[in-house]
Amino acid sequence: MKAALKVLGVPLPACWLAPRAALPAAVLALLGLVPVYAAATGDPFALTLFGRIEILSIAAISLNLIMGYGGMASFGHAAYLGIGGYAVGILWKEGITSGFVQWPAAIAVSALFALVVGALSLRTRGVYFIMITLAFAQMVYYVTQGLDRYGGDDGMTIGSRSGFAGLVDLNNATQLYYLCFALLLASLVLVSRVVNSRFGLVIQGARSNERRMRAIGISTFRYKLVCFVIAGALCGLSGALLANHTNFISPAMMYWTRSGDLMVMVILGGLGSLFGPVLGTVTYLLLEEALSRVTEYPGLFLGPGLLLVAIFLNGGIESLFGARRRE
Amino acid sequence: MSEPLLQVAGLTKRFGGVIAAEAIALAIPAGECHAVIGPNGAGKTTLVGLLAGEIAPERGSIRFDGRDITALAVPGRSQLGLARSFQITSLFADFTALDNVALAVQAHDGHSFRFLTDARRDAALREPARAALEAIGLGSRADARVDKLSHGEQRQLEIAVALATKPRLLLLDEPMAGLGSDESARMVAMLRRLKGSLTMVLIEHDMATVFALADRITVLVYGRVIASGDPAAVRADAAVREAYLGEQDARHG
Amino acid sequence: MLYFIEQCLNGVQLGMLLFLLAAGLTLIFGIMDLVNLAHGSLYMLGAYFAATFAAATDSFVLGAALALVATAACGMVLEVIAIRPLYGRPHLDHVLGTFGLLLFFNELVRLIWGPAGMTLSLPSEMLTAVQIIPGLYYPLYRLVIILVALAVAALLYVVVMRTRLGMLIRAGASNREMVGALGVNIKLLYTLVFGLGATLAGFAGLMQAPILTVQIGMGENILILAFVVIIIGGIGSIRGAFVAAVIVGLIDTLGRAFLPDVLHSVLSVNAAMTLAPAISSMSIYMLMAAILVFRPEGLFPAASR
Repeated sequence: MKAALKVLGVPLPACWLAPRAALPAAVLALLGLVPVYAAATGDPFALTLFGRIEILSIAAISLNLIMGYGGMASFGHAAYLGIGGYAVGILWKEGITSGFVQWPAAIAVSALFALVVGALSLRTRGVYFIMITLAFAQMVYYVTQGLDRYGGDDGMTIGSRSGFAGLVDLNNATQLYYLCFALLLASLVLVSRVVNSRFGLVIQGARSNERRMRAIGISTFRYKLVCFVIAGALCGLSGALLANHTNFISPAMMYWTRSGDLMVMVILGGLGSLFGPVLGTVTYLLLEEALSRVTEYPGLFLGPGLLLVAIFLNGGIESLFGARRRE
Repeated sequence: MSEPLLQVAGLTKRFGGVIAAEAIALAIPAGECHAVIGPNGAGKTTLVGLLAGEIAPERGSIRFDGRDITALAVPGRSQLGLARSFQITSLFADFTALDNVALAVQAHDGHSFRFLTDARRDAALREPARAALEAIGLGSRADARVDKLSHGEQRQLEIAVALATKPRLLLLDEPMAGLGSDESARMVAMLRRLKGSLTMVLIEHDMATVFALADRITVLVYGRVIASGDPAAVRADAAVREAYLGEQDARHG
Repeated sequence: MLYFIEQCLNGVQLGMLLFLLAAGLTLIFGIMDLVNLAHGSLYMLGAYFAATFAAATDSFVLGAALALVATAACGMVLEVIAIRPLYGRPHLDHVLGTFGLLLFFNELVRLIWGPAGMTLSLPSEMLTAVQIIPGLYYPLYRLVIILVALAVAALLYVVVMRTRLGMLIRAGASNREMVGALGVNIKLLYTLVFGLGATLAGFAGLMQAPILTVQIGMGENILILAFVVIIIGGIGSIRGAFVAAVIVGLIDTLGRAFLPDVLHSVLSVNAAMTLAPAISSMSIYMLMAAILVFRPEGLFPAASR
């Protein structure tokens, strides 16, 4: 695994000792083998479930970049999932089916929205920041409800997946799955690079001690804003994937509880750790799936489980494997 | 005679009805170690805030290196070479000592929009940072997280971070706060080494430190400058004895 | 004109319900520094309890009274078991924990009362309309909501400003350590405040129940509106919550009532019909964003925070 990550160009800090590296390696290896399992058992559902896990992992990774590393607790991150999805859906409806147009558009519109939201929200702090990001997400939610041509409140089925001129065929479930897998790996590499760069240290410094940051001569606003935009763009990509995965978009993608889900995944996995969001997403979605198979009322167990994690597991699942704890 | 490095004129600030600074004037030439003393509530903390740029004055001006910086925000002043240490240790607690200093080096290197290369392997940041830690006597603790350092070590690191921004003027806000006598002696020795190469404004409670280090002393009482001059003159000043030193002398018998 | 007045009254009525929810939320936030996403669940519980007890006792008033007691009890038990360990933790742990509680309560309600939802019918004497000004008849029950909520607001004001409990609440909001140092039983104070918040939320839920249906998730939308109210008003400020609740209630209601016509003058009927509710729902969030951009701590920032 270490070797694999080295090949991918992931810098390995000295603290990446055995137990911490083993778990991400195992999880990624298993995710990579899901199509083999699906083919062997003829169970296509595994591809659907784990494809969704990978896509939402990318969204959680992007949220962790701002929330875990940057201390910017966005309660409106599902908006970018929705914007990415609607970019794909709207372009399809207007007859543009090429992924080479749809996906860059999804990323660009999400980035632009993040730029506007960030520029206005980063003036506030703490709970006010949490709430103003929520407010912007709710606005997008209601805008899409009003988009009659694109399904309004009910949402819209997307007739065909993004086309990539024969490079990849997203109608092939295995190819779609591996594309998601590759983008998940790429997101991990990207974020690990960014957080260890000069830019990333400024972001983490701003979370750790804003006043000291200013005293050494850095005005943090621009850096935080750029970080917010990067996260929005990455989540927009995740939204484009999600729209292709489900062939469906609706305002419900952005309802505030979806943003809550994303926050839960990140906090559950471990704030500010590279692999935490993936662990959190895998755990949350698998638990939800497993519980709904054994009981009619999964929330009765999932809910108190989250509460127990909040009370007892300071630092999320990652902290069980020797990661540093939050202060 | 050339203009002083730091020149403050008519600096005034009130909080509600309370005068925290009233027409303060200071002229600190390059290379001087200038102490500001005063009893509790004299407005020392306000003065630090005004000089660092965290508090905006109602009236008056601050000139630094021939430039009016009255309206300049904290980061801008730092970029011009006005560094500060904090009275209550203010570091990046979850970073290592070396990361703390390296970030300060980076802040003045001017290139923070670099996204993909590993800043912890950037010799242009790490080597000056390591050198600054060595110089201050923290070389062996470079890779320790700040919250694992002792209070004395954190106070030293405070200074190292400020120095790493290559300042022309160092604003020291009670550097001895909370230090034991050994640690204090080490801090005084370190500041003495810096004297001459660096202009310093030293806000301090501890009289021994002040008289050991300062070239000139300004005394604040209720936000006003009541005396300013070399240590001997200040020591002899009747108003100062009355307002401040007298009190201390009486206490020390 | 009469229609406008009627809609204003509807707006005030929505505002009053929002105030009942927001007052508890802002107290809990201001005093315990707790982000409580499960506050909407107590609103939902209040409505379900009222529907159940009213059916069992055949009396709306008795059912409502029993529901209040039950919600208060639920709130206090919840505080002791689940909320207390979260005090002093980072806000994100509150989000995680209380989001879990929200999932739990939605599922619990589905287990106990089933997925279908319930109705709470009003006593027949409430079903009339009264003439408040010549030509304008207004449903008596909505008028009762406004008056009762105003009475509760006044009572809350008296409790917070005039009683010993209120003094502790105000002191606790600005200086937690100080209240503890005075030898006050902080744990009990917190439980009481949480119970008060739960009661107010349950009260809002049961008052709203006869107008809308009682259903799972009914607290989720209105919880976010209540959050908007306390953010606009300034966290910890009851007065701010009151003013903001009325503003939000009016904007939401008037937007829904008049925007379709306004839009219709420039758009087709269909487009106006779908766009108008979207825009009027959005307008509240736009207002909040605008207020936060210019006043990052709300309209009535509590003095010390």
